[in-house]
Amino acid sequence: MLQGFFQIALTLIILAVIAPVFGKYMARVFLKKSTLFNRAINPIERFIFAVAGVRYKDNMTGRQYIQAILISNLVMGVFVFSLLMLQGLLPLNPTILNAPSWDLALHTAISFVTNTNQQHYSGETTYSYASQMLALCFLMFTSAATGLAVGIAFIRGLTGRLLGNFYVDLTLSITRILLPISFCGALLLLLAGVPETLASPAIVTTLEGTTQTIARGPVAHFEIIKQLGENGGGFFGINSAHPFENPNTFTNLLATITMLSIPMSLIFTYGIFANNTKQAWLLFWMVFSIFIVLVGITAVAEYQGNLFVNNTIFGGEQPNLEGKEVRFGWAQTALWAVSTTATMCGAVNGMHDSLMPTGGFSTLFNMFLQIIWGGQGTGTAYLFIYSILTVFITGLMVGRTPEFLGRKIEKKEIVLASLVLLVHPIFVLIPSAIALSFPDTLAGISNPGFHGLSQVVYEYTSASANNGSGFEGLGDATLWWNLSTSISLLGGRYIPIIALLLLADSMAHKQPVPETAGTLRTDTLLFTSVTAGVILILGVLTFFPVLALGPIAEGFQLLRN
Amino acid sequence: MDSTTSSPISPRRRPTGPREGRKHTPKVSRKGLYQRAIRDAFTKLNLRQMVKNPVMFLVWVGTIITALLTIDPALFGTVPGENLRVFNGLITIILFLTVLFANFAEAVAEGRGKAQADALRSTKSDTLARKLLNDGSIQEVSSTTLRRGDRVQVIAGDLIPADGEVIAGVASVDESAITGESAPVLKEPGSDVASSVTGGTRIISDELTIQITADPGKGFIDRMISLVEGAERSKTPNEIALTVLLAVLTLVFLLVIATLPFLANYVQSPVSVAILIALLVALIPTTIGGLLSAIGIAGMDRVAQFNVIATSGRAVEACGDVNTLVLDKTGTITLGNRLAEEFIPVKEHSEDDVAKVAFAASIFDQTPEGKSIVRLANKLGSALEFDWSKAEAVDFSAKTRMSGTNLPHGVEVRKGAVEAIKGFVRSRNGQIPTDLDAAYERVSRLGGTPLAVALNGDIYGVIYLKDIIKPGIKERFDQLRRMGVRTIMLTGDNQITAAVIAQEAGVDDFIAEATPEDKIAVIQREQAAGKLVAMTGDGTNDAPALAQANVGVAMNSGTQAAKEAANMVDLDSDPTKLIDIVAIGKQLLITRGALTTFSIANDIAKYFAIIPVIFTAAGIERLNIMNLASTQSAVLSALIYNALIIPALIPLALTGVKFRPLNANQLLQRNILLYGLGGVVAPFVAIKVIDVVIAAVGLG
Repeated sequence: MLQGFFQIALTLIILAVIAPVFGKYMARVFLKKSTLFNRAINPIERFIFAVAGVRYKDNMTGRQYIQAILISNLVMGVFVFSLLMLQGLLPLNPTILNAPSWDLALHTAISFVTNTNQQHYSGETTYSYASQMLALCFLMFTSAATGLAVGIAFIRGLTGRLLGNFYVDLTLSITRILLPISFCGALLLLLAGVPETLASPAIVTTLEGTTQTIARGPVAHFEIIKQLGENGGGFFGINSAHPFENPNTFTNLLATITMLSIPMSLIFTYGIFANNTKQAWLLFWMVFSIFIVLVGITAVAEYQGNLFVNNTIFGGEQPNLEGKEVRFGWAQTALWAVSTTATMCGAVNGMHDSLMPTGGFSTLFNMFLQIIWGGQGTGTAYLFIYSILTVFITGLMVGRTPEFLGRKIEKKEIVLASLVLLVHPIFVLIPSAIALSFPDTLAGISNPGFHGLSQVVYEYTSASANNGSGFEGLGDATLWWNLSTSISLLGGRYIPIIALLLLADSMAHKQPVPETAGTLRTDTLLFTSVTAGVILILGVLTFFPVLALGPIAEGFQLLRN
Repeated sequence: MDSTTSSPISPRRRPTGPREGRKHTPKVSRKGLYQRAIRDAFTKLNLRQMVKNPVMFLVWVGTIITALLTIDPALFGTVPGENLRVFNGLITIILFLTVLFANFAEAVAEGRGKAQADALRSTKSDTLARKLLNDGSIQEVSSTTLRRGDRVQVIAGDLIPADGEVIAGVASVDESAITGESAPVLKEPGSDVASSVTGGTRIISDELTIQITADPGKGFIDRMISLVEGAERSKTPNEIALTVLLAVLTLVFLLVIATLPFLANYVQSPVSVAILIALLVALIPTTIGGLLSAIGIAGMDRVAQFNVIATSGRAVEACGDVNTLVLDKTGTITLGNRLAEEFIPVKEHSEDDVAKVAFAASIFDQTPEGKSIVRLANKLGSALEFDWSKAEAVDFSAKTRMSGTNLPHGVEVRKGAVEAIKGFVRSRNGQIPTDLDAAYERVSRLGGTPLAVALNGDIYGVIYLKDIIKPGIKERFDQLRRMGVRTIMLTGDNQITAAVIAQEAGVDDFIAEATPEDKIAVIQREQAAGKLVAMTGDGTNDAPALAQANVGVAMNSGTQAAKEAANMVDLDSDPTKLIDIVAIGKQLLITRGALTTFSIANDIAKYFAIIPVIFTAAGIERLNIMNLASTQSAVLSALIYNALIIPALIPLALTGVKFRPLNANQLLQRNILLYGLGGVVAPFVAIKVIDVVIAAVGLG
């Protein structure tokens, strides 16, 4: 037990050390200050901008920024959809895979373009090497960079700067953050035993004398951006539980750290943009505390295992190892499960369907909130949406109309901020209600009852939160699931992005109010605690009935047995 | 009027008495207020009015549905359970009361304004006016037919028929109907302040000719009536934003509840429609939704009780945000009248010589300052040494900045600003005494106003006019500073005097030798830095500054131009009140924030009361941490709490959260503890208590 908690603690300590440094680096990148790699990267970027015709210095308005995102994402989505549909005609297809069904290809394209990577397929049997590398891996970089660009533009607006240029931010995210780290990380993965090959699957004779086909492919480069970009779409069907994706505890540690690093660090990037490191630390610790609690309860529940099974079958204490890789054990799987749902990464190294109800609770809780680190770029932005709502609700109590960072929060800002609150209820609850009304024809639930409810709600939450992980155990490769989750994917991605950027634009153009003794300071422990309270009330209580009927009811059911 | 040294912008007004003595006079009748409010609560039930408040509208719709379910509990399919009619009936009644309580809160708040409007309206009656026709004849017409530009004649005993300017005559007018000041006011043509009259006030001596300045229904009292009555009430920007947020939260909860039956049916734990509606009403922010408009109206009303008429709720809200107060020294920081304290001789002159000349220069001066000079001179034994009737007064003007007397035989005595007297003496080929500047500085350093006195070309000395800082003003500025509000003092005094007074009064900044242009420049400078500025003013030359300021409070004694440019009018003409108005603005915002926080924090307890017990088949009873007796009693308890908390908070909404001059962090800490944490805890206790009672009477 101690060893397990030590593994968790070590991972978190490493992250807490990395985050401020990495955050500072990202701030320098987006503030266009010189960084370590300037000399190497500058000419490359200049070439890219020249070829693409991007005017480096031009700032975009909120509308232009949104337009650029929507158009570029649409173009990339159509490109990838076509590539997937044409994969049978394209090279790099050693297993001679044909085009998937149109709805699966559509779902895959949307899922990857929205940085979700929800997979209703198994990679090794559905998509060719060409599709995986040129279509999916391509989107892993651009969708992560899109999210990061949105986060940065939002921070710029919030701190009174112009929003910047989407194409520049997209490029910088890739050339200075995602690509260099992926390159180094992929090398480490290669060293640790992850394959990177274009060779067709190996056909081997096992010790028993039977032949077995072992899928392999260009995994290492795919794997690292999957984690770093919070994409989460595995090369293989079982994702990071596969020994070629995540062979040992070192790769597991590396993967956990890379998936948490950007959203954790982005809070510090904000601190530098806002020139308020204190507030960054406070927010960091606030999110960290909630995160620790969720990791803690999940880990303890997995460690205790299923009491009913333990008593009747094992006759003694046993951690819950169902659906887990023994090489990771309960601790690393619990940490991963909470991290991957907290960060909207969505990669899995174990079966979430087999987690104890507490794990189901934590993972759903994370995706409902979307701010416990949260998605690439957008998570940090949501965190400030909650700060703005907190200022608006409680800020009046200091006797001034609410302001955040010296800028007044007025009707427009509230409309946009509260729009974000509406996204989940619309794109999670409504389709869940429809699916659960026709459980036999639509849902494809494998475990009826409370767990089945969790399966359905989890699927839509994962889509709407752009997480991508699956509770699994759901027959989800159907027309209904592909199309209905596609709607949640798109709504959960672009509506908040539009709201965030319009909000940032409006904040950027506000006349700042000077700070006085009468100004509510948002960088205090008190205000941060109040923010945590508002997050819990507005973000979690909304979903309390769902949690009560899903994992909570399931938990009590287990206890009764 | 201050004849000698006051700068052109220094407020000129009647001396003001203690505020307590001048509480609002229009007799406001509170009788029947509650009966009327109850009646209004019912008339507000009409859907067209309800739809303006999305939160309460939803409750109203819910009430109608539960009423139908009381008639036929199986309307949306059969539901298990006994006594469903009774249960649904109880829910209907409680929901109906919730709506009614919210309407009542608004009606009470409005009722106070209406009562005040009625009192004002009683002063406004249709009178006969003597209209002067172009040929000079007089025609008796109804006051309602008077138009802008008409001329009327009023004589002692008449009600003044409409707002206007005095163009001829001198008379005293009783303005107590609008100001509460019982002492009559002198009105005469050609002066800034004393030439405007208000319709509905009564002339009590002599007669006046008045040129009407307002069309019927557009006069000052008409505007006041519509303002206090709330007829022109539009939501303030912050109120609108809050309404949006509450509407979105309501929509979120509506989605949660609307999808819930499908989820519940799937796990075979169906919930009846009546309970779902109950849950929805418990979760949506009904408390703040029901009280929001009452808080706003009550804020305006509190300003009105202070005898200040605000032209909009927006202005009151802006008060809370004010960063800078621009204050005139005289009348606001210091008492209006400076008194002669000492005569300081220069050159070879003696103190008695100075007293004599000062006396001679002040005999026609009727201002408090002038009279105090005469008094001091008398005390030192000066007596009249010339024929009073042959002397001639030289009036003060802003241009010459001095006044005095022309005695027989071409002897001229003058008193005035030191610079002005120096100029006068030079023009008479006199010498400037070398020790004059020392005397001037000495007085200035004491924070007094130095007046030089001269006889022909000879400067005799300096009169020390002592300025008296209003008691308690320093403490108030300290409070303001703690709240983050800066004060800037404007004065016509010289640099040294201004610095001394500024220091003694504790203002943050001052501008000496200020002109009206300086006032507007200061406001613009502050606004350019993003600050909100409040100021008071009364003269016509204050009008641009009043319009420029975010909160401009005009004195009722001030000119029509000033009153029109301002967004508030102080009926008592007490500039110090600006500080109170800022506090009222803050109090309004704090009350709104406190009740919003309380309302939202309440949700935790309501969730824990209702959710665990309504999914009977889901086996989550252990979440019933309050140990409520049964499903029915839990739902009823939460709903009863939800309904009763509205009337319970009406007094707080109307009187406002007690305001304390603390800084933002202290305020947040205090209010979060009270209304945030209190909002979490209170409903747990209250719902449990109600549940025990319900179980005891057997309703559960």
